[in-house]
Amino acid sequence: MKSLKKFSLFALLAALMVFAAACGGGASKDDTNGSDNAEPKTEEKEELSGSLVISGSSAMQPLVAAAAEEFMAENPKVDIQVNAGGSGTGLSQVAEGSVQIGNSDVFAEEKEGIPADELVDHKVAVVGMTAAVNPKAGIKDISQEDLIKVFTGKITNWKELGGADQKIVLVNRPDSSGTRAVFNKFALDGATPAEGITEDSSNTVKKIISETDGAVGYLAFSYFTDDTVTPLSIDGVEATDENVQTGKFPVWAYEHSYTKGEPDGLAKAFLDYLMTDDIQNNLLKEQGYLPVTKMKVERDAEGNQKDI
Amino acid sequence: MEKLLPARDRLLKSNKSRLDGEWRGKIIVIVCAIIMISATIAITIFLGTKGLQSFIKNGISIIEFLTSTKWNPTDPANPAYGVLPFIFGSFAVTLLSALVAAPLGIGGAIFMTEIAPSWGRKILQPVVELLVGIPSVVYGFIGLTVLVPFIRENVGGLGFSLLSGTIVLSIMILPTITTIATDAISSLPNHLREGSYALGATRWQTIRRVLIPAALPSLLTAIILGMARAFGEALAVQMVIGNVRDLPTSILDASATLTTIITLNMGHTTYGSVENNTLWSMGLILLIMSFAFILLIRYLSSRRRL
Repeated sequence: MKSLKKFSLFALLAALMVFAAACGGGASKDDTNGSDNAEPKTEEKEELSGSLVISGSSAMQPLVAAAAEEFMAENPKVDIQVNAGGSGTGLSQVAEGSVQIGNSDVFAEEKEGIPADELVDHKVAVVGMTAAVNPKAGIKDISQEDLIKVFTGKITNWKELGGADQKIVLVNRPDSSGTRAVFNKFALDGATPAEGITEDSSNTVKKIISETDGAVGYLAFSYFTDDTVTPLSIDGVEATDENVQTGKFPVWAYEHSYTKGEPDGLAKAFLDYLMTDDIQNNLLKEQGYLPVTKMKVERDAEGNQKDI
Repeated sequence: MEKLLPARDRLLKSNKSRLDGEWRGKIIVIVCAIIMISATIAITIFLGTKGLQSFIKNGISIIEFLTSTKWNPTDPANPAYGVLPFIFGSFAVTLLSALVAAPLGIGGAIFMTEIAPSWGRKILQPVVELLVGIPSVVYGFIGLTVLVPFIRENVGGLGFSLLSGTIVLSIMILPTITTIATDAISSLPNHLREGSYALGATRWQTIRRVLIPAALPSLLTAIILGMARAFGEALAVQMVIGNVRDLPTSILDASATLTTIITLNMGHTTYGSVENNTLWSMGLILLIMSFAFILLIRYLSSRRRL
């Protein structure tokens, strides 16, 4: 018993040391990165300082956090915190002024109880999404009409669409999810999907679709990295970045950063930074988003689309 | 040198500082108690005001809220706010998991205290403690990766079902039940056992006829505490239950619980919106249920004392 105690103490110490070493290593790496990037740029403009709190969409969190990290590396006196709490939380908090920037997957106008006219919208990225099916269903292309029938439960077997003889299993998002709202509006033409398994996280949705025969759900383009799930073309239009940019593929949404009133100081600097070519063309792509600067169409809160 | 002083002097000298210590200790524990009590009261008041908003401000009928099976808060034309399927789901997984975990936990406790107090306890105790330490997200992930496909292939249905939720929760509440049941049985006075043996009862007869009835109130407390934990668990259940808003018709149907609907939707809704308020109301139902569980425990523990 005593030796066990000693051993566990030792194990705990060892674990602590490994943890500390890992942290230390990470920190020093960041430091070197910081000084590398910072030097050429800090000379050009006056140094920013202060702190910025950003909250909102958990889908956007990795993107904004990565951008914030690069921004902080260039401006060492700046401290940016990016929290993920969901689009609703982000919009609520920015409206009540407890954070400077609130990220959202949806237009503020679409959420109840948000004074949308007090908020200023900054569209920082575009995300395309499409229906994802289990590869064994044998379906790659679907007409919008059939897609609606699949999601509203009017078609219940893939063989009715020329696929395998498998029962269709729907994988939905929660009622209030922005992804669900976008998919219902632009892929299902406003139809309400039938009941099915409901999961919030895209990774879980992908896992369920890849493991369940006949499963169909919807995912952002960035999740189609391997062949465990098949992205569906809708009405013969492939789900690609180009088709979204030219407006041929309808299922996409903006990622918004909202500020209360026009942004100033640090918030403005950071939002401008998000729109720089460096972020739009490189970081966005790494994180699976499309640059908003390359869009050839634009959309308003009502969903009306027009060419730029 | 000090030792040579008469006892009276020593005591008199230290009397003042001892009284000081007495006061300090008292104040510290009183402050602790006040913080705990006020935190609980504050949470209750907060949840109460928030949870009642949907009925007072948004005018949702409380009867419809509790009895309707239609849940469609985002429908712009005619939104429906019935949470009965989720209340049913919560109770179903809670009761079913208690049904599975109670015999297992109490059996384990009897094994540890009566059958093999030496080596049995040495093995089982760390195992049970280990089960407590595993985070619920890990239970959920194991459930999603192992249990759900297993049920889909061997039992039927989609795999996301009441059954999966029940199994995951049973394992999660097992340590609670086992630990409390073990304490209850081992704290029974030894003369009960000896008296029973002296009358010629076998070990099994002693356990069944004497020890279990004597420890029954505490055993029930153990089960109810386990149920309270199951009722409030969100993350692990959310990953395996499927979160479907229809009333389940079989144990293999996907379902949803109050907690899973709250965690799925809370982040997406805006403060003060009807949707958000209904989520708070569900939270209030959870709080009321946990009060009910506590009342039940207090009733049971006051009922029979040895």
